[in-house]
Amino acid sequence: MSSYDKLIFELSQPGRIGFTLADEEFSNVDYNQFFNEDELRTSELDFPEINETEVVRHYTALSNLNFGVDTGFYPLGSCTMKYNPKINEEIAGNPKFSHIHPEQPIEDVQGTLNLMYDCSEALAEITGMDAISLQPAAGSHGELTGLMIMKAYHLSRGDHHRVNIIVPDSAHGTNPASANMSGFNTVEIKSKANGAVDVEALKAAIDENFAGLMLTNPSTLGLFERNIEEITKIVHEAGGLLYYDGANMNAIMSQVRPGDMGFDIIHLNLHKTFSTPHGGGGPGAGPIGVKARLEKFLPFPVLEKQEEKFVLNYDRPDSIGKIKNYYGNIGIVTRAYTYILRMGRDGLKRASEVAVLNANYMQKRLKAHYHLPIDELCKHEFVLSGNFGLTHGINTIDIAKRLLDFGFHPPTIYFPLIIDQAMMVEPTETESLQSMDKFIDAMIKIRGEIDTDPDILHTAPNTTHISRIDEVEAARNPIIRYMKEEA
Amino acid sequence: MFPYIPVSKNDEKHMLDIIGVGNIDDLFVDIPENVRFRGELKLPLQKSEIEIRQIMNGYASKNISASDKLCFLGDGTYDSYIPSIVPYLTSRSEFSTAYTPYQPEISQGTLHGIFEFQSLVCNLTDMDASNASMYDGPTAAAEAALMAFDKSKGNTFAIASTVNQNTIDVITTYLKYRNHEVLIIDQKDLRADLEDFKAKASKDLVGVLVQSPNRYGYLEDVKGFVEIANENKAIGVMYADPSSLALLKTPGELGVDVVVGDMQQFGNAMNFGGPHIGFMAATAKLMRKLPGRIAGQAKDRRGNRAFVLTLQAREQHIRRDKAASNICSNQALNALSSTIYMSLLGKTGLKELAINNTSKAHYLHDVLIKTGSFEKVSNGNFYREFVLRSKVDVKTLNEHLNKNNILSLKVVGTDLVQFTVTENRTKSELDYLIQVVEGL
Repeated sequence: MSSYDKLIFELSQPGRIGFTLADEEFSNVDYNQFFNEDELRTSELDFPEINETEVVRHYTALSNLNFGVDTGFYPLGSCTMKYNPKINEEIAGNPKFSHIHPEQPIEDVQGTLNLMYDCSEALAEITGMDAISLQPAAGSHGELTGLMIMKAYHLSRGDHHRVNIIVPDSAHGTNPASANMSGFNTVEIKSKANGAVDVEALKAAIDENFAGLMLTNPSTLGLFERNIEEITKIVHEAGGLLYYDGANMNAIMSQVRPGDMGFDIIHLNLHKTFSTPHGGGGPGAGPIGVKARLEKFLPFPVLEKQEEKFVLNYDRPDSIGKIKNYYGNIGIVTRAYTYILRMGRDGLKRASEVAVLNANYMQKRLKAHYHLPIDELCKHEFVLSGNFGLTHGINTIDIAKRLLDFGFHPPTIYFPLIIDQAMMVEPTETESLQSMDKFIDAMIKIRGEIDTDPDILHTAPNTTHISRIDEVEAARNPIIRYMKEEA
Repeated sequence: MFPYIPVSKNDEKHMLDIIGVGNIDDLFVDIPENVRFRGELKLPLQKSEIEIRQIMNGYASKNISASDKLCFLGDGTYDSYIPSIVPYLTSRSEFSTAYTPYQPEISQGTLHGIFEFQSLVCNLTDMDASNASMYDGPTAAAEAALMAFDKSKGNTFAIASTVNQNTIDVITTYLKYRNHEVLIIDQKDLRADLEDFKAKASKDLVGVLVQSPNRYGYLEDVKGFVEIANENKAIGVMYADPSSLALLKTPGELGVDVVVGDMQQFGNAMNFGGPHIGFMAATAKLMRKLPGRIAGQAKDRRGNRAFVLTLQAREQHIRRDKAASNICSNQALNALSSTIYMSLLGKTGLKELAINNTSKAHYLHDVLIKTGSFEKVSNGNFYREFVLRSKVDVKTLNEHLNKNNILSLKVVGTDLVQFTVTENRTKSELDYLIQVVEGL
């Protein structure tokens, strides 16, 4: 990678412009006539002055400093970094979809409402849930929405005291954070040594204040919760609801459905399982699904089909309310539905099969060289440990950084928290055998270096345009915006 | 075989042999038989790109878009012009197919872009600290309300009734399950009533939200509301239209503690309401209470300038149930669009755009009143949105506009309609609207 670190502000030259407007006479009007003097900005707008060519060069140079799924293998566990089909982009970019104002009357937008309806039906079928809301903008936003529904359910039954959400210690950080944000208390339970939910610990944590259990299945360790039937029974008999974190849905399509396992509320990450690009951290989409008895609590408006017309129903007295502007990240829903239709029932089934096949293959080959704390059949991901004792002072971070030198994005590191020095590997189904083998070869080589040349790991990465960053210093004296240097 | 799945039957056999199982089904034996899905999903079989294009075009053809008819709608979502380079650059897959920049050595493109975004937002708003983006304006406003509760002990957050309805609704949802109260401030002459707020403000207040220009398009006395809030040890939150800030008093100049809003209009498509991009900036004092990602400048081991996610102790992956917010994924690629947009328009371009917007809106406003079909309803100053009383029945008016290739106007009261003008409406389009109205 070539080196480039200029900020757009540093390219500015007085007098350069990058854009012109229509109807110049309107740009030269004396605007003072429209406003009172004390309503006008007096501070300087210190934006850069740059020509279009240079803006294009600058952001092209920045793109060259980035690594995406199209650059190479990106086995970031829990994030399902699968290939993002390009036709999805083209379809969603059709102005007939993208150039619609959300306040247009429903008569104007029957095509999009139809697509949203059909996509909801498909997601309900894939997950075994009864009703879907497309409104949440991302996975953790779906969690928040789902937990508000859980809250509304308990309140509707007069169970004001049910304020405890049980979360296994292997859960994503968003789970307890979402529980807190929706007004619940989090009760964390320890997992068993093999990463499964400790049924006895669950029973012990349940009391009269129990509201529900949040579960990721397969878990963040990539393991299917074999006791799911018993867990469901315990939760429901105690008057609680079962929440499904859909981050790992890519492992189980057409094999098992959250609805059939007994989950009451779920969210999906369309940017994971359903192939929409992650965008450097978004936009995503986090639709939720619920069982019929919870349908009345869904955010408004609810999309309905009345004879041949699609309508948005705002008359929902039991609804938790609105959770986002308008109807959801519909541009992302359009991409995901394009993917669902393209793959079909056979393709989605095959996707999960191969995601699990790939993960088990990599797990089997890597466990001969690395410590695999939980050695079981895995689903779409598995977790290695980078703990080699203190001999060489090598940690997971060193392995991750060394992988950069081989041209790979490292796995998710230091998560889940219950595995010491965790490295969570998720290949997804869109990776070839050859690509996985190259990664495995690199991991084996690095394993050798740990014994023979640990310094090369300590100094890694050595081939990227920057080396490791002092993150502690960055947080101690935060510089989070550009300031012109004093002359 | 499936085009997105490169594993062949031979590969599959090789891998199964190494794993030591006979077939794929053996990889799913850990799923209890009782819950196992044994049927076939009720979905069609896979389709080719050729067929997909036809099917999706079928849905698209049932829509009437703002490319088919002229758009005078606003309310936080704007038919602003998107310069060609914006989608061109953001569709570079090095940006679009990456995820959250956890590995800064190979994510400088994303991090660098976020740092520029934060810098541009701070400069536009005259605030000290910006985060990397929120889902949209309303959720950013809801997070600002939660910041207010985090900072102060009271139990009430006040919202002007002239804030967009969706924003009021989203904040209400975010607060109700935490047993926080929302206090709505009355309005007069389509603007928030400062006297009403004075009368209602108490020690129980944690913050106030005022939108300027407001839901109808008129400027508010933001400073007056912030001062009363601050007197009650509560914070002042402003919901701003970002392009207006090139001309109008900035949140920083108004003494605002937190500013939020939506930057869809800066290089992002309207997308029937999403994805858009929320922004949020605060004073230095509140920096460590901001939700979401923040990029910071740092040095690598060789002394090079580099960027990295920072102040992460606020976030869910570290703090779990004690985090400032649960937000994880945000709207990074949309923020990049806005960054490129702001850079391209630059210092003079953004101000010209704001003047172009407001002078066109005022032109249309005055001519519409001259037609005799509309009356002025507010004495407030406006930026680019305004409300008029229609002398013609609004349903008849919208039907007439529709027939003449103009999208329905937003109806904000029995006989009140709202007009929104962006730089993307040319003079000839404004004159066309006037001509159509005259033909009523």
